[in-house]
Amino acid sequence: MTQVAEKPTVFAHALEKRPTGGPRWLDDLRGRGAARFAALGVPTHRDEEWRFTNVTALNSIDFVPAGQISGAAERLNGFAYTDAPVRLVVVNGRFDTTLSRVKGLPAGVQAGSLAVALKDHADVVQRYFGQIADFTTRSFTALNTAFVQDGAFVYLPDGAIVDTPIHIVFVSGADAATVMAHPRTLVVAGANAQAKVIESYIGIAGEAYFNNAVSEVFVGENAGIDHYKVQQESLDAYHIASLYAHTSRNSRFSSHSFTLGGRVVRNDADAILDGEGGDCTLNGLYLADRERLVDNHTTIDHAKPHCGSHEVYKGILGGTARAVFNGKIIVRQDAQKTDAKQTNRALLLTDGATINTKPQLEIFADDVKCTHGAAIGQLDDDAIFYLRARGLSYAEARDMLIHAFAGQVLDGVKVEPLRVALEAELFDQLAKDLAEVDSKK
Amino acid sequence: MSMLEIKNLQVKAEGKEILKGIDLRVNAGEVHAIMGPNGSGKSTLARALSGHPEYEVTSGEVLFEGKDLLDLDPDERAREGVFMAFQYPVEIAGVNNAYFLKAAVNAKRKHYGQPELDAMEFMQLVTEKAKLLDIDKSMLSRAVNEGFSGGEKKRNEIFQMALLEPKLAILDETDSGLDIDALKLVAAGVNAMRSPDRAFVVVTHYQRLLTYIVPDFVHVLSGGRIVKSGGKELALELEAKGYGWIDAA
Repeated sequence: MTQVAEKPTVFAHALEKRPTGGPRWLDDLRGRGAARFAALGVPTHRDEEWRFTNVTALNSIDFVPAGQISGAAERLNGFAYTDAPVRLVVVNGRFDTTLSRVKGLPAGVQAGSLAVALKDHADVVQRYFGQIADFTTRSFTALNTAFVQDGAFVYLPDGAIVDTPIHIVFVSGADAATVMAHPRTLVVAGANAQAKVIESYIGIAGEAYFNNAVSEVFVGENAGIDHYKVQQESLDAYHIASLYAHTSRNSRFSSHSFTLGGRVVRNDADAILDGEGGDCTLNGLYLADRERLVDNHTTIDHAKPHCGSHEVYKGILGGTARAVFNGKIIVRQDAQKTDAKQTNRALLLTDGATINTKPQLEIFADDVKCTHGAAIGQLDDDAIFYLRARGLSYAEARDMLIHAFAGQVLDGVKVEPLRVALEAELFDQLAKDLAEVDSKK
Repeated sequence: MSMLEIKNLQVKAEGKEILKGIDLRVNAGEVHAIMGPNGSGKSTLARALSGHPEYEVTSGEVLFEGKDLLDLDPDERAREGVFMAFQYPVEIAGVNNAYFLKAAVNAKRKHYGQPELDAMEFMQLVTEKAKLLDIDKSMLSRAVNEGFSGGEKKRNEIFQMALLEPKLAILDETDSGLDIDALKLVAAGVNAMRSPDRAFVVVTHYQRLLTYIVPDFVHVLSGGRIVKSGGKELALELEAKGYGWIDAA
């Protein structure tokens, strides 16, 4: 097999027909994104950041840009917290006004379509959009940038406290052709503002599509954003998503990422702690089963002193699934008194499941506290025996330990109905995986 | 019929023969102490009876209320009424102690066809038993044994025993590592549970525990066999003379 540098093949054609219009700066940005993607192409295993995750098949799938789909309203049914009182629904990358509901938000808070915001809040969007989403070195962010058209926009003016969680639901699907969508999210929180923002990605089993999402979150001075990402894509979907967060002085950002769906999944989460006294939590829980691939790449960049970061990623692997975890922590020379903690754990339920895990610390300051730890393995036999010695069956003991394992991330969800729904969904899916494990014994 | 009948029990651990033929009968209402030097097989006996997977029974028979105990899984033994207080209770991160205890109590109730306890009924039961062992309720909201002191872990074991009300309780060196106050608490918990329907097998290295839990019988294990049996005075004799004279005798 010859190894020629992959050129964007099917994408080249699509890029020619990329969306145009809107403000001039946006058109320029799309052009720059397209040019960068043309140069970068779809990453291959020769790219260190993609060593274990092969997405080159994307080059040969004849994706068509996603359009409308039938029964969008029904497609929301059965997914976690889609009955949220405040919800923004984005269908195949396009904001859906009829399915969205944004009543009752405090004055000055904007939540709605990104395409509309490009017109109505052009100054805010221009100031922030594309400022931290790295389209120069990240292929898929470049691709998303080339196709920017719509998505969700959330803006909190200084001092705005939003109690009701804002749930952005990205519905993807295809009636016939294999489609791709490039939804975009921009969240801007002014000084002292606070909100909970949930991004859900949902799709119906059996439908094949490629979802390439990019989100940018800016947290103003002394503001706090609790971000949740819930991924329940079709089990035949490619899901590639990049989250970029930026914190300011004394601001707080937390993100909890839950991966339950998708055939090939890549989550990039990048946080820059760019103001003194900032705090960042990046937690994740993923279920990789069947023949699925789940790759989480995180980067926490401590750019300023006195910031804390906390990271816990946990995976449950079954079937012949593969998982990748790469956690990078950068501590810049200026970032003295950094306190960074990273934990990565994976539970292997079968012999066929594999994980590649790599912590990466790049520390340029000398007065810092950085710890990381990884643990991969099976359930603790001693714990199983202890529980059984108290009368719990093997299955009960095992379930209790798996629940406890997942609980450490699930318990961080501050939106109660979301946590309950996620827990139910996770354990429902796990029950099926475990039944399969048992049937092979 | 004895509650527990052990006949010629031989057990291997890590490929090594540890128990070389144990015979023991325990009747309801009795307290039997198993003593012996380190490596004599005391804990192996306790763990083999509880069904620990690392202990392989190579020969012999164990009947519990006439049933073949060795044929049962560890959880079935527990539900049938055999309880082992662990020498080294396992720390289980993320599992709430109260949640675990409720599951254990209800697993047993289900086995006996009794309705499961709801949260309120369980808390009533817990409050009553906690008093007995001077258990601080905050211990219930922590993860199972996680970060517990040695004394707290052992008290948690006895607390579990009190909740599960077994027919046969096996205490595997429950006294090891306890200060005298904790030891007295543990012993008081055990003594409160002594009844004509319940039997205890108390495995210990030291006579000290038997001052507080007075046994009906004392058996001395050495080299994987019971080399001497007697009444409670045997423990005192061992304390005075050490284990050396047993082998010499």
